[in-house]
Amino acid sequence: MNNTDLFQKLKFDRRLAAGVFLLIMAGSVLLPLGVLGLSWLEIDQEIWAHLLDIVLPSLLVNTLVLLVGVGVLVLLLGVSLAWLTAVCEFPGRKFFDWALMLPLAMPTYVIAFVMVGLLDYSGSLQTFLRGLLGPTFSFPEIRSGGGVVLVLGLVLYPYVYMLARSAFQSQGRGLLDAARVLGYGPWRGFYKVALPMARPAIAGGAALALMEVLADFGAVSVFNYDTFTTAIYKTWYGFFNIHAAGQLASLLLLFVVLALSLERRSRGDARYHQSGKGQRIALMKWKGWAAALFCLFVLSCAFIVPVVKLLMWVVQNQFSDLDERYLKLLAHSFGLAALAAIVTVGIAFVLALIKKTQSSTLVASMVQWATLGYALPGSILAVGIMLSFTFVDKGLGQFYLLLGYDSGPLLVGGVVALVLAYVVRFMAVAFGAIDSGFEQLRPSIIEGARTLGASWQRLLRRIYLPMLAPGLLTAMVLVFVDVMKEMPATLLLRPFGWDTLAVRVYEMTSEGEWERAALPGITLVVAGLIPVLFLVQRSAR
Amino acid sequence: MRTIASHFLKPILLILLSLFPMVSAFGEEVWVYSSRKEHLIKPLFDQYKMETGVSVRYVTDKAPPLMARIKAEGRNTRADLFMTVDAGNLWQAGNMGILQPITSPILDKNVPSHLRDSEGRWAGLSIRARAIVYSTKRVAPSELKSYESLADDKWKGRLCLRTSKKVYNQSLVAVMMEHLGAEKTEETISAWVKNLATPVFSNDTKLMEAILAGQCDVGIVNTYYFGRLQKEQPDLPLAIFWPNQADRGVHVNISGAGVTRYGKHPQAAQKLLEWLSSPSAQSTFASLNMEYPVNPAVKKSKEVAAWGEFKADVINVDVAGRNQARAIMLMDRAKYH
Repeated sequence: MNNTDLFQKLKFDRRLAAGVFLLIMAGSVLLPLGVLGLSWLEIDQEIWAHLLDIVLPSLLVNTLVLLVGVGVLVLLLGVSLAWLTAVCEFPGRKFFDWALMLPLAMPTYVIAFVMVGLLDYSGSLQTFLRGLLGPTFSFPEIRSGGGVVLVLGLVLYPYVYMLARSAFQSQGRGLLDAARVLGYGPWRGFYKVALPMARPAIAGGAALALMEVLADFGAVSVFNYDTFTTAIYKTWYGFFNIHAAGQLASLLLLFVVLALSLERRSRGDARYHQSGKGQRIALMKWKGWAAALFCLFVLSCAFIVPVVKLLMWVVQNQFSDLDERYLKLLAHSFGLAALAAIVTVGIAFVLALIKKTQSSTLVASMVQWATLGYALPGSILAVGIMLSFTFVDKGLGQFYLLLGYDSGPLLVGGVVALVLAYVVRFMAVAFGAIDSGFEQLRPSIIEGARTLGASWQRLLRRIYLPMLAPGLLTAMVLVFVDVMKEMPATLLLRPFGWDTLAVRVYEMTSEGEWERAALPGITLVVAGLIPVLFLVQRSAR
Repeated sequence: MRTIASHFLKPILLILLSLFPMVSAFGEEVWVYSSRKEHLIKPLFDQYKMETGVSVRYVTDKAPPLMARIKAEGRNTRADLFMTVDAGNLWQAGNMGILQPITSPILDKNVPSHLRDSEGRWAGLSIRARAIVYSTKRVAPSELKSYESLADDKWKGRLCLRTSKKVYNQSLVAVMMEHLGAEKTEETISAWVKNLATPVFSNDTKLMEAILAGQCDVGIVNTYYFGRLQKEQPDLPLAIFWPNQADRGVHVNISGAGVTRYGKHPQAAQKLLEWLSSPSAQSTFASLNMEYPVNPAVKKSKEVAAWGEFKADVINVDVAGRNQARAIMLMDRAKYH
């Protein structure tokens, strides 16, 4: 066999391997989604008539308000903060650069009950103000659309912030300088040059935030704000019609697919790679202080104030629930998160690599399917996964019986099933971060290396991995923190005795004991900080 | 073929098996899927282990996902006992076919018949009363009468309610429908909504805090939430009013359990269930959460007894399940969110 033959064969094998891998990945996401599709086999007309006439019209409006509101808020906060910390220079920039990522560790269901506890009519702030200003004082109802938008925006902006920040960081100042030489002011330079170049990253971050909004149940149920997702739960928990719930969930998914593909189409064939570094824009005098104040304000609302409130509750309860079990809870949360982060990022990297190297519409659409799990309400996805796994379990059980074992359920109730569920759910998070890294990789580097005869292993080791390291690290941390915060799939699929901090928060909040939920809540936040700080340390400049 | 398979595959499979769920083979045990919270059941299971040597293993989650799981697992399920709160959930579990009918003279004796399934698929283990709570500063008990009377105009801007998505309210309305008919019930609920002082709350505790803060004057809550608040602040300016004493009585609901259809230890599960209804378990079971014992022979805890005696509605609690979907639709129409 001569060299060309070997090369051809390898190439073919690789393509085959890529195909098989894609198929398995897309399959493991599609299986739970397929279960949702199956729900359409049975349609309950009475419930649908009720949903269409009474429930859905107002819910759709509510959901739209939430999407637009949170979308605008995360873009405004995320992009402006990222621009300030990545491109400008102002007092305290080095601190805010990493501190502004911290709200990432705050689960939506925790900040929701903290904010309602703080800002509601009976909350500490209004009670204090009434004491000061007389009993008639009150401010706008926090348990409203505006309140949910505010709270979700405050903890979801880091998705945009982190991705936009690394995009701005890797942008050369050369283009921006050129724009300024040609007469653009700093604002126009930002709008016309920097912002369009960072668009894939910003869009990716916003998409993650909005998918999380669509899937959110924890925060909206604390606010009792009805969205499409609450309708899904109501149909399941109230009408006990899991089919209709599945139908609603699949409609939600369809909407997400459409929205995502529209966004991708509008992005078109633009290429977004650039290079070089330059000087920061120094914000002088009051401008610098205004920037610092703005950062501090956002950080306070999204992180410092909620954490202080949680701590106050913990102290009020005199740490009464703190015992040695917390070590175990912490270990479970950490272990599951680490395992899931490694597996998810590994798979996401391979997916992104395949997408980069094998461009075909089939590959692109399969990759897209493999990242859909994020938009589904956690419980719905968890049930889909559980149903498909019990199906596999039954098959495996038969197989083991053949060999003389009575195995019982193998997947459901095991660590493997839970980790798989996390992979399916958070693939989009890892993939987004890695893929935007790939998009910024200049093809000329790869081409150059290839012309010089680099093998693909060498390419991977010497070019892809080092150049994508920041993206991989970001992906790892995002998944890690998301898994720590994840509640519904953990509840349903965790092995006996594998309680985590999120499970503990659930046990307390579901009975309205917010003060007691503060201890697991704050532990969860602090534990989530560790990987975020690690990321910060590696990526700070 | 078979021998080859067993030779080579066995060791590999055994290693693989160890990665997956552990099936313990030591000692007698019962597996419980519970939507009743860990801190309310663990002390009892520990006590059971002490008394009988049988260990109870449990997993907690919300009721509907647990029910979906038991159903999906089918004959493979580990659950021997399904434990949950609210009669509506228990009725649904019976309806889904995941529980098996059992005959138990012990349960028949310990649990009043309107608090268990007529076919023996589930039984109540504690009673929870959903009563009216009012501000002792701004409301005189003589102003109050029944759930329906909260629809009166005089409560305009003074009423607080919890969300209709909570199953406790769904059960309350489901039972009202049975007594009053759908039309009268819908009128009442619409009037409640008009009387609301503020958007409905996500839990009973927040509701009572709103009354304390002066946002509203009356509300409907489960008594144990009141008890919890009272424990924190003994001189709470709130009190419980027992509604509908002149007619059907206070709406009561249950927490309860049933033996699963395909559990591996049905006898052990039944024994545990019977033990939970026995006097030695009942007082702990109820007092852990300041609820009422189902077993009439068992005395209430001191705090609970202090709220006074009341006449309870004795309609079979399974009506909560039968009317649940209709009750939700009714509340949706009445814009009770």
